[in-house]
Amino acid sequence: MAKTQTVSFKLNGKDVATTVEPRELLIHTLREKLMHTGPHIGCETSHCGACTVDLDGKSVKSCTVLTVQCDGADMLTVEGLEQGGTLHAVQQAFHEAHGLQCGFCTPGMMTRAYRLLKENPNPTEQEIRYAIAGNLCRCTGYQNIVKAVQSAAKKLAAVPA
Amino acid sequence: MITAPFDYHAPRSVPDAIKLLSTLGDDAKLLAGGHSLLPMMKLRFAAPAHLIDLGKIAELRGIAQVGNEIHIGAMTTEHELVNSRLLAEKVPLLVEGAGLIADPQVRYKGTIGGDISHGDPGNDHPALMLALDASFVLSGAKGERVVKADGYFLGLYSTLLEPGEILTQIRVPVPAPGSGAAYQKLKRKTGDFATAATAVLMQVKGGKVAKVSIALTNAGATALRAREAEAALTGKAINDASLNEAARLAMAICEPMADLRGDADYKRAMCGEMTRRALQVAYERAAKA
Repeated sequence: MAKTQTVSFKLNGKDVATTVEPRELLIHTLREKLMHTGPHIGCETSHCGACTVDLDGKSVKSCTVLTVQCDGADMLTVEGLEQGGTLHAVQQAFHEAHGLQCGFCTPGMMTRAYRLLKENPNPTEQEIRYAIAGNLCRCTGYQNIVKAVQSAAKKLAAVPA
Repeated sequence: MITAPFDYHAPRSVPDAIKLLSTLGDDAKLLAGGHSLLPMMKLRFAAPAHLIDLGKIAELRGIAQVGNEIHIGAMTTEHELVNSRLLAEKVPLLVEGAGLIADPQVRYKGTIGGDISHGDPGNDHPALMLALDASFVLSGAKGERVVKADGYFLGLYSTLLEPGEILTQIRVPVPAPGSGAAYQKLKRKTGDFATAATAVLMQVKGGKVAKVSIALTNAGATALRAREAEAALTGKAINDASLNEAARLAMAICEPMADLRGDADYKRAMCGEMTRRALQVAYERAAKA
């Protein structure tokens, strides 16, 4: 067996450390060791985006990142969007605009929308669709997802985070 | 989907990475963005005993103009290419091409150097590099060498990169003022490889093609330069006849593999169509430039 390594990073604002084999995928560490089951395992082949997390300001598919690559990283999962019992504007918007049906893709979709709106606070519909192209909704509920992201953009513009 | 076990190394400098690569030898693979290698390792198509992660080497990132060239660190991500103001101004073909690669999450991780070194004819940078007449800096224990993109791609997953060498930098000549370029890519869906794609860089003088380079993605074992098509167009105006002839000559060098994207005839026809469209768009852009 390969040598295990201790990896430390910031997860939703808290320092965490975990010991992993180099081959352990980030999604497995998050779900099975750190009990963050928001990010989902959909395809495990970097197609579906259900495992999307925010890693050092980038949306990544945590099924295609090794945990050992994350030493010193700053990570945000869907669990970190809510602050002090208040839903993030993206979460509120998904709730109000019915931006989910079965909900499986929702954590990845919202984490991706969070990063999109940081980079482009006022995206066009076309820009939203291009930006969420790496997140598949198996219910095909894209219309309301796009509306939710548009609504979240308006909420964030009204009250700067 | 778990890979075979391996040891992980994260060098902080190019010399350290080269040293590791020399010491660990054939059992080691370089890890760039990981979006080709890790999927292959999960499927156990690859099972290196050591992974050398280039992700912590700051000197391998960045885009800068040096003289009449743009120098791009091999670990620069597709996301960084897409959002580079310098590239948008000087080499918009690269911005257009990178924006058509995979999806946003993959573009945050995927790197230009990894895309080129992997030697997959379905990757997009090889054809872009051929069209742009780029050069690659290969660094090894014996020092650096600079090789042309044209001639670098030897076959399926095979390039001029020797064991012990790392592709460290990509050098792209700034296209002449008044050039037009285009990358036209047909894909079944976001994230898929090209069914067919064509990169074109063109200079136009007096309404005629003064110089053109044409390169094809996923049309054979490597990206292909369509030289006969280039020669046939040079000195000609762009019209239906000249476009059809260029497309015919590009199709003639295609040897696509039949797969779920289509049979060989279909892919060849789509290569012709992408070539026609890329030439048309590049011409229009050159006229406006």
